[in-house]
Amino acid sequence: MSALPQVGAIARRSVVRTARQPASFIPPLIFPIALMAVNAAGLDSSTHLPGFPTESFLAFALAVPFIQGALFSTMNAGGDLARDIDTGFVNRLALTALRDWALLVGQLSGVVALGIVQALFYLSVGLAVGVEFASGPAGIAVLLLYAAIVSLSFGALGSWLAYRTGSGEAIQALFPVLFVFLFISSMNAPRNLIGVQWFQIAATLNPVSYMIECVRSLIIEGWNLQALALGFGFIIAIGVISLYLAARALRTRMTRT
Amino acid sequence: MVERANGIEVEGLVREYRKGPRAVDGIDLTVAPGEIYGFLGPNGAGKSTTVHVLTTLLPPTAGTARVGGYDVVKEGPKVRGLIGVALQEAALDPLLTGRDHLRLQATLQGVPKDRRKVHADELLTRVGLAEAGDRKVSGYSGGMKRRLDLALALVHLPRILFLDEPTTGLDPQSRTSMWEEVVRLRREEGVTVFLTTQYLEEADVLADRVGIIEKGKLVAEGTPAALKAEIGRPSVHAIPERDEDREKIAAFLSQFGEPLADTRDVAVRLRDGLGLTDIVRAVDANGVEVADLELRAPTLDDVFLAKTGRTLEGAAEEADAEHQGRRS
Repeated sequence: MSALPQVGAIARRSVVRTARQPASFIPPLIFPIALMAVNAAGLDSSTHLPGFPTESFLAFALAVPFIQGALFSTMNAGGDLARDIDTGFVNRLALTALRDWALLVGQLSGVVALGIVQALFYLSVGLAVGVEFASGPAGIAVLLLYAAIVSLSFGALGSWLAYRTGSGEAIQALFPVLFVFLFISSMNAPRNLIGVQWFQIAATLNPVSYMIECVRSLIIEGWNLQALALGFGFIIAIGVISLYLAARALRTRMTRT
Repeated sequence: MVERANGIEVEGLVREYRKGPRAVDGIDLTVAPGEIYGFLGPNGAGKSTTVHVLTTLLPPTAGTARVGGYDVVKEGPKVRGLIGVALQEAALDPLLTGRDHLRLQATLQGVPKDRRKVHADELLTRVGLAEAGDRKVSGYSGGMKRRLDLALALVHLPRILFLDEPTTGLDPQSRTSMWEEVVRLRREEGVTVFLTTQYLEEADVLADRVGIIEKGKLVAEGTPAALKAEIGRPSVHAIPERDEDREKIAAFLSQFGEPLADTRDVAVRLRDGLGLTDIVRAVDANGVEVADLELRAPTLDDVFLAKTGRTLEGAAEEADAEHQGRRS
């Protein structure tokens, strides 16, 4: 039996579940945009700083929702899985002909599908408020690809934690940690313009900075290969490690002979 | 050896948890094709662990088990392909509808695409959920969830069905309809049913044969009639007029047979040749005051009592208390 229908069925369930829980998909759409609007209103004057890369703070800040939205994906993916483990739904799946990897791939396909919907929403908001994409339509395509990879990688991270702990509380506990990474990054200022030294060092060591800068480069710079290489490099590395850990934890969790 | 196709064979099955007790402690049993086997025992006796091992969800620590002719350890996927399982907790997704569940289960079980919808409609009708099939499971009652769980277990036409306490918590009407469906499955489709229960009546009504499990060990096995016949003699149960007369009545009744411990009333298992009339005469002659006197034919609870020294209810209460103690 082909595993493709299994992947499709699990992905469909993941999407249907999210679509039927407004609390799952509305906050990831609204909060990042709301945070961007607040930051843009308060920090707009920072565009006058010498060396600031653009005259539009909105264009500068638009990269953040793409990453912040993906953090929500982590929570959703992990939370759903933890609930499945807790209620015994994973046992129900284990009793079918479902292949282990098909469960992980199906679940993450649903997360990626929702991640792309989120990215399209942020993109539409950006275009609606007049943000111009320096990299053009091809850059938008790359941006959507990047959003998909970010969702996949963070989704795998959430899945790993869910399979490892089986606890919704553990997933919730991860949320503030990820947000710390987001805030101690170059989300509000280019790294070279951060005045506080420890913050600049932390932002430089923080992979989230390079993810934001990757997206930002497509919006305000065009084709900055270094930013793209770093951004893709970090997220692919996180994705590979997370997928490996999630697959291993899944084998342990979905015990069957 | 049972016919490979539909039977279950278990030899010396042991399952130990790392930091816990030996949940299953050397069980041997055989279930013939097309048979309804009732696995009776209190909470914590090892019923669900046995089901988890037989359905490939848990590897045994020792012993062997073959389901449908396949070894549950070495041939897990083949076993899963021919069994249907409804576990103790009807693990359903509250956000999906009944039909969503059936579609998902059918796809994962490899039911051909063109048959999935028809099959789902048939199953929903059969379990009485045709009208509720498009409603989210969060709005289902306990009985509806159990029926959907049964439909899901049947989606790929299994030859062997494992039902882990399928009627626990159900109202009498839902329980009866579940029983009817189980009997129909065996009668019309020849499905072998391995059913765990803590209800004596359920085992008595449904099962062709009953295995009684206590603390991980199989303490008795046979047809309900044979097990009851093994006990043989009836018991007499007296309810004292006044509670302070309890010991006096117990001492009085003990001359007619051996006292039965762990019962709410005062009871003795009658010696051969004695009947209720002998007791009534003696009670009258001695002026013993009892509110009620009853003669009971042996039940499966008596079998359980005879084999374990406890009633099933008492064992369940002990298990619950032990469980609470471990948690606190």
